Amino acid sequence: MACEQWREQLDRYVDGELDPAQASALSAHLRGCADCAADALERVQLKRSVQMAGKRYTASTELRNRIAKTIAAKPRHGVGWYWKILTLPAFALLMLAVAVNLYVGHEDARRQRVYSELADLHVAALAGSTPVDVVSTDRHTVKPWFQGKIPFTFNLPELQGSEFTLLGGRVTYLAQTPGAQLIYHVRKHEISVFIFQDRGEGAGLPEGLEHPQSFNVQTWTQNGLRYFVVGDVGAEDIRALSKLLRGAG
Amino acid sequence: MKVPEKSVRDTTFEELAMPLFDQLYNFARWLTQDTAEAEDLTQETYAKALRGFSSFQMGTNFRAWMYRILRNTFLTSRTGLKNTVAIDEDTDEALLPVENTTPESSLIQQASREMVQQALTDLPVHFREILLLCEVEEMSYQEIAETLGIPMGTVMSRLYRARKALRDLLRKKNEGVRHGV
Ligand SMILES: [Zn+2]
Repeated sequence: MACEQWREQLDRYVDGELDPAQASALSAHLRGCADCAADALERVQLKRSVQMAGKRYTASTELRNRIAKTIAAKPRHGVGWYWKILTLPAFALLMLAVAVNLYVGHEDARRQRVYSELADLHVAALAGSTPVDVVSTDRHTVKPWFQGKIPFTFNLPELQGSEFTLLGGRVTYLAQTPGAQLIYHVRKHEISVFIFQDRGEGAGLPEGLEHPQSFNVQTWTQNGLRYFVVGDVGAEDIRALSKLLRGAG
Repeated sequence: MKVPEKSVRDTTFEELAMPLFDQLYNFARWLTQDTAEAEDLTQETYAKALRGFSSFQMGTNFRAWMYRILRNTFLTSRTGLKNTVAIDEDTDEALLPVENTTPESSLIQQASREMVQQALTDLPVHFREILLLCEVEEMSYQEIAETLGIPMGTVMSRLYRARKALRDLLRKKNEGVRHGV
């Protein structure tokens, strides 16, 4: 298929509206086509910047109270349906995040951008039909696979005696910077470990554990490399895996 | 934070609607471009939704329903009427001409948050609202279609046009900055 036809799908791709088969076909094309990949990246950036810019206004507490009072404990819906409140908790959380983020400065904005990009990469890898390009639980297979694909090398820890399993790895990009994404498994959950050179978008971020969106993220630098450990597992698991990686790095 | 799964009998309007308060207000403020009007609009939306709640079809999308009420209330308000131009250009068949533009990654990276906010403000309201629903509210095309009462094909073509218009504005602003205007 010509690039032109792929590009027609890019908006739907970045909006998450392609079905999984289409999306993975397009992902495969993006891995091999720098022009389309740059185009996709630009669209993602535009989305991000609108998202950041759009979260702008906070209502007064007074208005909230006034409205809450007028609707307090009014009708219960009397139909005998059972209905899952699926989106509400996520959105309540999101709005809490928005309220907190409204006054954040440029640095925080960058940090949020990095974290949400990493969260997307994590989710996209797990949602894709091929989460990893090198499938192996053996770090001695995974590590050399990256040689020549990314401009640096790294060490991976021995996992024996821990609860973690290595599933494999893939090349990934954070704001055009190539890096390694490794996927680990722990008790039915997957954790992504991202390793980049410590420059560009991810550089200089404060080290530590954060909880953006519904993920825990731990980040640090070591020997000129920037590590991010991202997953929807508890902070203890993120810390434990981070510790193993630090020990090996 | 997790709302337990409940039967609808136990679900009050308050429980469903209050978690949407901050985002509805933000959306109202973007539409009206005025604090007092946004407050009135938000309040009126809640009042209308409360009155109409018994007719709300459980199992359908509550969020889209709330946004639809807010938006329709806005469109029939004075400011809304002033802002509404005929939107006849985006029928589904006129879909997505792919342009041979080079990606403008650096342009967007350089655009500050303020610059993007100003550009959003400058956009016609039907472009502004669809971008907010898609990017800020992270609605699916289906939800946007329900909220705006337009077909899916129109969602896609309007989004495409809105993004193009936003890029054009950012490019202009960027040139303005570079030339010290
Ligand atoms: Zn291509």
